Amino acid sequence: MTEEKNISQSEFPGQVHSTAGGGILVTKLDEVINWARANSLWPLVFGTSCCAIEMMSTAAAKYDWSRFGFEVARATPRQADVIIIAGTIVNKMAPVLKRLYDQMADPKYVVAMGACATSGGPFFYNTYSVVKGADHVIPVDVYIAGCPPRPEALLHALITLQEKIKSGATREQIKSDK
Amino acid sequence: MDIVPINDCMTNEELKIKVTEFLPSSTFGEGGEWTTFFVESLNWKSIAQQFRYSEDLDFDFLFCLTCVDWKTHFTMVYHLTSTKFHHTLVVKSKLDRNNPEIETVSDIWRTAEFHEREVYDLFGVKFLHHPDLRRLFMTDDWNGFPLRKDYEDPINMIKL
Repeated sequence: MTEEKNISQSEFPGQVHSTAGGGILVTKLDEVINWARANSLWPLVFGTSCCAIEMMSTAAAKYDWSRFGFEVARATPRQADVIIIAGTIVNKMAPVLKRLYDQMADPKYVVAMGACATSGGPFFYNTYSVVKGADHVIPVDVYIAGCPPRPEALLHALITLQEKIKSGATREQIKSDK
Repeated sequence: MDIVPINDCMTNEELKIKVTEFLPSSTFGEGGEWTTFFVESLNWKSIAQQFRYSEDLDFDFLFCLTCVDWKTHFTMVYHLTSTKFHHTLVVKSKLDRNNPEIETVSDIWRTAEFHEREVYDLFGVKFLHHPDLRRLFMTDDWNGFPLRKDYEDPINMIKL
């Protein structure tokens, strides 16, 4: 009985990924899972500042982002996959952002939209209240430059995020590979 | 709502004349879109009441209350307009930088409650007899007044 088990362990086809519920067998399944996740990311409604207007414009009819799967923008973090930080993060908002990120369920992704969320933007110098970049608070996957970035730039960033998920290079996937 | 004939709205020159009738020793600022009027901070309360309750001036809408930090002194700026006559007046008052105090106008124009809290929070100007003078934007235990020109904050501010 043990000999059989030893032989079958070494000839096991594919890799075993350890996840929360135990190991699962992964062959091409990973690619299918990544494809499914990438094509149905639901964003969390999180716009603090001017970038929110560009995000609303991306969600509206002309530059529709639900073509790419971001169909439903949920107001609750419990049902959202990706948080698009559109706007300035001030010192008072930072713990709120952390709490929302903690409330999201795995796998979750973060997009920092605009100059303020990337690095503090125009408020980097001489300000007493702005956090100089959202990545001081939560880990970010994709950064977008612009003040505000055009809707096409936001769509490009979302497509980049999708490709990153499909290639298995986001923080989530690297973390759970260990 | 009663319809007011157009010629009841005063132009800038008429306002100047009218205000000088109230206070013969008043000084006016030059330029700008609206009549600008300088007032002593000690006389401000009584003048404000006259502006609010007089029949032909009737300034019942305070639409802006701010403070400017010139490095030697502060200037309080009040923007008043009349919803009935549609004329606008700007009132400026010079304050001493070491002890900036002025009477509150929150019992005349209710909107001044929040605006004066903001000015107290960011500049440190004390409004005498304000019903609830405390910080509005910064956290309650913040030290210092951020919008002053000599405000230093080594933790948050990166100097250019």
